[in-house]
Amino acid sequence: MSDAGGRDWEDSPERLYVITGGRSGSSVPATLDLVTLIMARSGPKPGMQPEHAAIIRLCDAPLSVAEISAYTGLPVSVVTVLIGDLLAGNRVVARAPVPPARLPDRALIEAVIDGLQRL
Amino acid sequence: MDFRGSEQPAPAAGPRSEDALPATAAAAVKVVIVGGFGVGKTTLVGSVSEIRPLTTEETMTQAGVGVDDTAGIGDKTSTTVAMDFGRISINEELVLYLFGTPGQERFWFLWRGLFEGALGAVVLVDTRRLEVSFDVIGRLEERGVPFVVAVNSFPDTPGYPVDELRAALDLPEAVPIVMCDARERASSRDVLMTLMRYLQTLATTREAS
Repeated sequence: MSDAGGRDWEDSPERLYVITGGRSGSSVPATLDLVTLIMARSGPKPGMQPEHAAIIRLCDAPLSVAEISAYTGLPVSVVTVLIGDLLAGNRVVARAPVPPARLPDRALIEAVIDGLQRL
Repeated sequence: MDFRGSEQPAPAAGPRSEDALPATAAAAVKVVIVGGFGVGKTTLVGSVSEIRPLTTEETMTQAGVGVDDTAGIGDKTSTTVAMDFGRISINEELVLYLFGTPGQERFWFLWRGLFEGALGAVVLVDTRRLEVSFDVIGRLEERGVPFVVAVNSFPDTPGYPVDELRAALDLPEAVPIVMCDARERASSRDVLMTLMRYLQTLATTREAS
């Protein structure tokens, strides 16, 4: 691997490879969806990997995996690996989306209709 | 939604405080807006979203690279594909996310589970380029994703009667077709409402059977 520097490094596959230690999204529990809500249990700890600390700071209030990806500028496949680490370390809690088996759930649909009517 | 090179603007630091979800937010659901390039997916998401639309990215090379496969990591051929999305808080517990994705199925696999667990989809159509919608509709039917068709009106859009559109798209009678102006919040909301009413009908039919 060549040592890429400067701006290129920011978005390079090398950097993403280093951040995740070479792991890809497939090693993460399949329970993390784009709309799984993540919330931090406490603030970041000194010595944490910067990307882990950044996610914890973002998740002061519940935030979806997709939003975490958007705000960190990291691909979803990378973000899910990092969130997997934080879940394993009990640093964050994940609130799973409504499970597919329940869809289309009539009460859920009616709640969404009520919400849209108030827009 | 578009292709990007490696040059990207610095991401925002985080949500504005007024954009933070309440701590009571317990679950989220999603709706996928599918359509061709330039049909107005991001416009629709933006007009109805409570937050400025955000962009999540995935790189094309990663989708196919195995855990231990470092071959090709050094070259710069990876393509970044972006997907815009927005958010609507339904109530204190429930949040609805709207994802705009291109019609080509090969992009759908980049975001694992984009359609799994989605309430349904909106196929956003430009009548000037109707043909790009054929494939999308076929794919959604194959996957069993319930959808409605929304026709985005552009100033030079030729007006088609709904019956003609239905025939042209080979749509079953039950699938709603709705005209919209994706720039208008109320119009975009009506599109989502049409999808929800349709899902409600499907749920009722299923319960009765």
